[in-house]
Amino acid sequence: MIEHFQNLQEVLSKVDGYIYPNEIELNWSILIVLYPYITGLVAGAFILASLERIFKIHVLKPTYVLALLTALSFLLVATMPLISHLGKPFRAYEIMITPHLSSAMAIFGFVYLWYLMVVLVLEIWFDYRRDLVIWANETTGLKRFIYKTLALWSTDISPKAVALDNKIGYIITVIGVPSAFLLHGYVGFIFGSIKANPWWSTVLMPVIFLFSAMVSGIALVMLIYILITKIRKQILDMNCLDTIAKYLFYILIIDFVLEGLDQIHRIYEAEESFEALHNLVFGKLFFTLFIMQGLLGTIVPLATLGTLQFYKPKEQIRRAIYLILSVLILVGIFFMRWNVVVGGQLFSKSFYGYTSFKIDLIGAEGYLMAFFWLIVPFGILSFLLWLLPPWKKIDVDHDI
Amino acid sequence: MKNNKSNLSRRNFFKTGAIIAGGITATLALSSVNGLLFAGEQPKKRGKWYGIGIDINKCIGCGKCANACKLENNVPQEPFYFRSWVEQYTIKNDGTIKVESPNGGINGFQQSIPDEDIFKSFFVPKMCNHCSKSPCTQVCPVGATFETPEGIVLIDEKYCIGCGYCIQACPYGCRYKHPVKGTTDKCTLCIHRLEKGFQPACFEICPTQARIYGDLNDPLSNINYFLKNHTCMVIKPHLNTGSKLFYNALSPEVR
Repeated sequence: MIEHFQNLQEVLSKVDGYIYPNEIELNWSILIVLYPYITGLVAGAFILASLERIFKIHVLKPTYVLALLTALSFLLVATMPLISHLGKPFRAYEIMITPHLSSAMAIFGFVYLWYLMVVLVLEIWFDYRRDLVIWANETTGLKRFIYKTLALWSTDISPKAVALDNKIGYIITVIGVPSAFLLHGYVGFIFGSIKANPWWSTVLMPVIFLFSAMVSGIALVMLIYILITKIRKQILDMNCLDTIAKYLFYILIIDFVLEGLDQIHRIYEAEESFEALHNLVFGKLFFTLFIMQGLLGTIVPLATLGTLQFYKPKEQIRRAIYLILSVLILVGIFFMRWNVVVGGQLFSKSFYGYTSFKIDLIGAEGYLMAFFWLIVPFGILSFLLWLLPPWKKIDVDHDI
Repeated sequence: MKNNKSNLSRRNFFKTGAIIAGGITATLALSSVNGLLFAGEQPKKRGKWYGIGIDINKCIGCGKCANACKLENNVPQEPFYFRSWVEQYTIKNDGTIKVESPNGGINGFQQSIPDEDIFKSFFVPKMCNHCSKSPCTQVCPVGATFETPEGIVLIDEKYCIGCGYCIQACPYGCRYKHPVKGTTDKCTLCIHRLEKGFQPACFEICPTQARIYGDLNDPLSNINYFLKNHTCMVIKPHLNTGSKLFYNALSPEVR
């Protein structure tokens, strides 16, 4: 506690201008940056999977199951940064038992559960059921028991049953796309609906969150696909990668235009908060907004992907470009979340001053904790890939 | 005969329709007038409905209110947690504004700008506005923040999960997360004192009686007298929070 007060004292000494005394402490720290980041990765990965399943872009098939498993791994962790950030984490269940319906945040638990249980888990289950039955028959001991349990002791793998699985899976994906939109658009609404904060309060926030989510999720699946294929010493399907890159390019354009529109609108309207936000953007947020999010996370990927649409270098070079771009985009979107969450608390609601952000390496809200929650989904994904290897699955024709 | 009947029922239909339409129009017209009459929300009809008045012209910036609040309510003494604080606004001759609130004004103020450079200077005591359409109550995900029938915004600390959403939603910076309890904390208008017939601590201690509170529903109350006799204003009226903290002599620089 003493250390915490010392930190705040240091921040107090660095306050620029005047801020309300209660604003010295930033209440939403790096863990709340992670929350929209991780849910965005989930929504984006799922939407990539749905491109194959619903929109029949079959060239994306190699990433279909991978995208679903990635979405599941990250979704399982999505609530953890939120809960560990709470002042009273053991009361978190209250949000489900007694939700306050006028609160934008109260619905999160339900949106989350709907998406996890009704959409992702069911879709993956129907997709894997036949394979689980087959693997249960092929293996022995504990693994056999696990597969049998995961298949919920079903054994019917007749063409009729498999066709039914496929049909239900399709229906779930159809429900899943608006659900993915809902999940992340909703996260944007949590911020966009705060009228007290002009940096957050914009009607475009849910849409911006949604498109940036798609960008980050697609980039993540692209990165994981490249890495896993490399680890497995297999050959990358360049046609698939090129198509992912094409969609990434399109969605990145929309994301860029939306964010640009938001800023232009702010500049043109130049409301009461304008000067305060202008100084914020060109001061405390300059590096994270212009360099990390704007230049490295948006402009460079946009220019490169745009060039690749009509000039195609050798496969090897394209692979390297895709690898670097996916990392850049992931970093860029992380800083986009950072700029929203942390940026929105750096200026005073009195518009007369700025506080600064100080974060420790260790502690409940430190860098290490954030890094931990960012690494855990990769651990879960590795486990899922070991248990349910997509490359050992029998190919399902999603054309029905 | 048949025709007559249908004419009658048609006439009745129009008559009823006109009454309903007239009623709705009248209600709408009246309620819009009410909306214009009250800086906050239209007061509730029955019972007490607390409002607060602060006369900026009377505040001398002694900071006793901020101190009394901390002592009365066990607010952490560190200078990052306040239920009540005082700001000093200094507008210089060149038009620049300097706002200060060292330790919430508890230790008083020292003017750092030479007299000859000052255009005007004044103190603004700040506290929870006990808004009738409070954004903090709206966003609380578990309903731990609520408004009492008397119009006081409170937090049930046994119920608050400490998510901090209300802190983000308060436009006035009146909430903080308690460093020990882990829950959000804010001004209660010293409801524990009100219930015993005492004044809130910051009101009682104020040496110039710059603060008053009272029942907005009672036409003879202090607060209504204050509102009648001063040109009052709330902070950030464009946010439509239904603030019930009315300031006399509030400058537009105050935010």
